[in-house]
Amino acid sequence: MAELTRRPYPPGRYPVIVIGSGPGGLQMTYALRRLGVPHAVLSADAEPGGMFLRYPLFQRLNTWSKPFGPADRASRQYAWFDWNSLIADEAPLRSLVPQFMDGSSYFPSRTEMASGLAAFATRAGLEVRYGCRWEGTRRDGAEFVLVTSDGEYRCRFAVFAVGMAEPWIPPIPGLDAAPHYVKVMPARVYAGRRVFIVGKRNSAFEVADALLPWARLIVLASPRPPLLSVLAAGAGVRAKYLVPYEDHLLGGGVFVLEASIDRVERTADGWRVSTSGTHGGARTFDVDDVIVATGFTSPLGDLPALGVATFYHDRLPRMNPFWESTSLPGIFFAGTITQGAFGIRKHGGAGNSAGVAGFRHNAGVLAVHLADRLGVEMPRQTLRAEDVVPYLLAEATHAPELLNQKGYLARVVSLDRAQGIRDEGILPLAHFVDEAGADAVAIVVETDKDGQHHPTAYVRRGGQVTEHELPGDSMLNYEGGAHRAPLHAALGGLL
Amino acid sequence: MNGKGGDEIVDILSGLALFADLTRPQLQAVSHTFDEEWFTEGQRILRQGFAGSNFYVILDGEAAVRIDGETRATLGRGDFFGEVSVLLGEPPTADVVALRPLRCIALGGPEIEQFLISYPRVMYRMLQAQARRLRNANRWRS
Repeated sequence: MAELTRRPYPPGRYPVIVIGSGPGGLQMTYALRRLGVPHAVLSADAEPGGMFLRYPLFQRLNTWSKPFGPADRASRQYAWFDWNSLIADEAPLRSLVPQFMDGSSYFPSRTEMASGLAAFATRAGLEVRYGCRWEGTRRDGAEFVLVTSDGEYRCRFAVFAVGMAEPWIPPIPGLDAAPHYVKVMPARVYAGRRVFIVGKRNSAFEVADALLPWARLIVLASPRPPLLSVLAAGAGVRAKYLVPYEDHLLGGGVFVLEASIDRVERTADGWRVSTSGTHGGARTFDVDDVIVATGFTSPLGDLPALGVATFYHDRLPRMNPFWESTSLPGIFFAGTITQGAFGIRKHGGAGNSAGVAGFRHNAGVLAVHLADRLGVEMPRQTLRAEDVVPYLLAEATHAPELLNQKGYLARVVSLDRAQGIRDEGILPLAHFVDEAGADAVAIVVETDKDGQHHPTAYVRRGGQVTEHELPGDSMLNYEGGAHRAPLHAALGGLL
Repeated sequence: MNGKGGDEIVDILSGLALFADLTRPQLQAVSHTFDEEWFTEGQRILRQGFAGSNFYVILDGEAAVRIDGETRATLGRGDFFGEVSVLLGEPPTADVVALRPLRCIALGGPEIEQFLISYPRVMYRMLQAQARRLRNANRWRS
């Protein structure tokens, strides 16, 4: 392969090493390179694309890329209407996924997504050492040593963008004998069969949706009711997958049950699943197939043994707002693993870091943070006092970072009288509200308890941060007088 | 490191007064409904005066309740906080700050009403705990 004949990043010492060539790793290297931060990128894969080389199994994503969104396709704000393309400062690198879409859906197919990612890597000239597997990690003074199939690498900061795409199976007796979601066969194989799906999140509903034309009976079961994204801000089942739920409500041969799975056993001609209803009643199901759709885990390798604390059944590392291990500083995460950082979590919301839409922006923020930690000088734009309020409100209305990462990422402007008014860029809100600093303002877009969006300003004055929730707007435009006046008032005396 | 067993949180929940009346399948449903959250020493979980806080139950660790920087109480395993703010729809009147690594389960404010209606025995236990707090507050006052 061409990638393998000229292999960049030979073993050696680099300030930053990124592991992974999925969307998280690609966005990370793009952002580091833009800032001039020297680094290496290593990937066990043979080509870019990460999990999109394999999933979703039934070929179509559940996140939109609107080929004709309200914003211009080459603009920064278009990223809000295109949740799947990686982001770039240069117009020719923007919104690449829609360029591969055939118009049959605004949810790209898996291959359209993979094509968009590959095109980004090629057109941006991103370099990755493919076929280089990270095999182990150790510390040596202030450095980390990454042992790989190509030899040893040393770095001050390591960024693991290794995805959350390894099958995870809960410890239920017999469940590990049943095939996980990743081993589901083509839908037609299930023609006329009774299928029991363990799980009620997106992957469970994705399978159920694909099997609707084929299976005789479909049961989805887990202890809690399904969390539907149309009702919940946060990670719920997307409306795209709700036809099986509607069939359940209509009594059409799909059953969505609240039950814990006690055990799964092989029988002569299929499987027996024993369940206990959350609200009472034991029930046994004799079915032809069991599919384990209980989600994924991140392949953290030996990082936990090195001191990276984990949670969520060891599926995710514990991270600070900049996605750095809380127990092993210097180890960072990018990509879908960043969903383990919840931010200040108002009304239960935690941003959109599980998907490309959100974590691509995290990578840009992390790159700036790493540049700061390495002492790379970051120029900051100055603002005139009279421009601060319109600027913050324009960001709340249009900035894809704020819209994709509601409540997590903020635009920050410092208001230090000695330094002048400066744009501090996009930062995690949790960092802003809980860290000391000079007078400053952060603006985010938040979602209230009724699902309505609105901007909120956080003003730091004399070391104290106060919250100023601004009104919503039915057209999501926060640039008018109804927003300018209260934001001016919140900043009283600081401009 | 937390344990490997999928039922580890269920095991902890089964020992907490708040969930004492629930069956094992119901405890599993609780562990699937709430999110596990960890906080480092010094980290704020509730922020005085900020809207939209959530409901937390402490699984391990210790936290301080602070009003204007002054510690008023400490909380430990099995204690819960954030419910007053969620029930009244008002920002919390205190910070809650982790005193050492703090492990909680958390439920978003907007989900509390449906959860308590689904689990009236949890609501009853919560009411008992509130009555106890009120009684103690009255004792201090008198």
